[in-house]
Amino acid sequence: MSGIRIEGVARRYGGTAVLKGVSLEVAAGEFVALLGPSGCGKSTLMRLIAGIDRPDAGRILIQGRDVTALRPADRDVAMVFQSYALYPHLTVEENIAVPLAMRRLSAPQRLPLLGRWWPGSRAARRAIHEEVGSAALALGLGSLLDRRPGQLSGGQRQRVALARAIVRHPAAFLMDEPLSNLDAALRVHTRREIVEIHRRVGAATLYVTHDQTEALTMADRVAVMQGGEILQVAGPRAIYADPEDLRVACFIGSPRINTLEGVADSHGLVRLGGYPSGLRLCGAAAGPAPVTLAVRPEDLYLSETGGLPAEAAGLEFLGESLLLHARLAGGTPLVCRLPPSYVPDLPPGSPVRLGFDPARALLFDARGKRLRDIAVVPEPALV
Amino acid sequence: MSDAVLPPRLSPGLSPGLAPPRPRWRAGETLTAWMLSLPAVLAYWVLLLLPTLAAVALAFTDYELGMDGFAWIGLGNFAELMTDRGFLQAFRNTLFYVAVVTPGSILGALGLALLIEGGTRGRTFFRAVFFLPVVSLTVAMASAWQYLLHPTIGPLNAVLRQVGVEGPAWLSSSGTVMWALAGIGIWENLGFNLVLFLAGLTAIPRDLYAAAEVDGARSAWSRFRLVTWPMLGPTTLFVLTITMIRAVRVFDTVKVLTQGGPDRASEVLLHTMYQEGFTYFRLGYSAAITLVFLAIVLALMWLQTRVLDKRVHYG
Repeated sequence: MSGIRIEGVARRYGGTAVLKGVSLEVAAGEFVALLGPSGCGKSTLMRLIAGIDRPDAGRILIQGRDVTALRPADRDVAMVFQSYALYPHLTVEENIAVPLAMRRLSAPQRLPLLGRWWPGSRAARRAIHEEVGSAALALGLGSLLDRRPGQLSGGQRQRVALARAIVRHPAAFLMDEPLSNLDAALRVHTRREIVEIHRRVGAATLYVTHDQTEALTMADRVAVMQGGEILQVAGPRAIYADPEDLRVACFIGSPRINTLEGVADSHGLVRLGGYPSGLRLCGAAAGPAPVTLAVRPEDLYLSETGGLPAEAAGLEFLGESLLLHARLAGGTPLVCRLPPSYVPDLPPGSPVRLGFDPARALLFDARGKRLRDIAVVPEPALV
Repeated sequence: MSDAVLPPRLSPGLSPGLAPPRPRWRAGETLTAWMLSLPAVLAYWVLLLLPTLAAVALAFTDYELGMDGFAWIGLGNFAELMTDRGFLQAFRNTLFYVAVVTPGSILGALGLALLIEGGTRGRTFFRAVFFLPVVSLTVAMASAWQYLLHPTIGPLNAVLRQVGVEGPAWLSSSGTVMWALAGIGIWENLGFNLVLFLAGLTAIPRDLYAAAEVDGARSAWSRFRLVTWPMLGPTTLFVLTITMIRAVRVFDTVKVLTQGGPDRASEVLLHTMYQEGFTYFRLGYSAAITLVFLAIVLALMWLQTRVLDKRVHYG
């Protein structure tokens, strides 16, 4: 059964279409990251799923139930906000208890003083107290239950927000950039923690982020979003190594993937600025057409005789690798990842030759769609 | 004290390796500090502290304007206050006025602020409309009220007549005069409180409302209880204090509309003080009333800073 299912959801604000018919499915127990640059509509989609905002078109289903017209409270979702959105006047325990108290206690039972003595209030409160305790324990908040959010560190507030989300065992979890307010070291730690909590709780989780490291390390699948559309949904490895769209290839990976403009001739042979690339377009796609060839920095290497002639522009030592920035004759910049043991100095301006294995290169058509029907030409080798 | 004013290491031209000539430097620094704060200290003494102390001293004398001398009579003035029916009436009336105006103008302002904030259009318009009484001159507005509340030609009673009720003579019957004045007081304070509440509402993070919805707060009332009311705590406290102090200070509407009448039914603290001091020239007695007034205001401020403040600032 599916956890969250989104069918053709669209949303406009004024004249701008923020979401242009988005469809996505998160299976029960699955962790999907929604990755995209800021302003791509990912937070809007999140708010639509939570019910804080309504779509102009499309349907949203949670556990097979159409919730498009339901209030947030009736959707059985929990959300972790970027700002945490904790109630500052309540203690940690009271904060975590809110989703339970709102659902299980009647209005008179929730009254400040009188509520305690209302019939049935005691038993309900005791049950809530126990469940809050176990949720707090799961997140290591046991000793902080009496504090107010203002007395907690950023990481602790984050955990209170998580505890408030898991305490009710909802059908779906929504997390809106929950790590963006933490410092780098804590972020790496909390990343693992969230994955472990997800494994334990097992609810369908949609995690919004603009940080590709978070998306790739945490998610079962990554949905890459740009300009109000989902470009590709796939596992982290496939998103990195086998992108469907040039925009996905360019968005994932740091430093950015190298792109080279080329032309496929009438035989389908792809040439890059006059140099053969070692690739041939097959089938219907063949014919004189502009193409874009993309190759990751780690798939470029320094070649003695073959490859594309270029000019070194600078070296960057990163510790685990060395980045060579170079420029082709036409001015196209290239980045090549070298092993850190690479010794020779390459002063700016020195000539280099950069080669790549054609089998590891990706081809895209003029609209940025991936061309998969290609073959490696055994001969002639590059130049 | 002098250390706090100018730490020696901030002084220019002294390299850290050299021990500065400490004692001389210190004396100069202290002098500079006093010189710099002298104007403020002088103004504070001459304009605030001395007059207050003079009023306190006067309260223990029988001084009357124009008299050659005066005698210290200890608590005599206060003993007289305790038995003065006029003063006790004024005290009771002031309490009544505060007790009606404070909740009336605060709850009214909060309700209006929520309505204006919840609406999509005309925010600026409504804010301006309700703020008008604050910027307009009360004395001028009082004559408008006099017309509105006039028993025979006033529009209020005309409306009441339409529904078959014979309206009272609002300002000249002792049963209704304080209610009428309190109504005007609410009208006066509402706009001011409204603007404060609107500012407080704008400062509440939208995410908290979204979180409350997801957490299961279905009704507007439960969201108000969970988010709006607690988040408005500091604003409400400030509004409460300022409204109470403004209400205790009621004077100009009383002076213009009723002069404390009929038969002292609308006598209030400041009006009694004004009468004793500036009509009967009993400055000592008037100063004693001032002290009572001051004690009330100070008690209210103490209540704010010591008791309530801790309960509305979270963190």
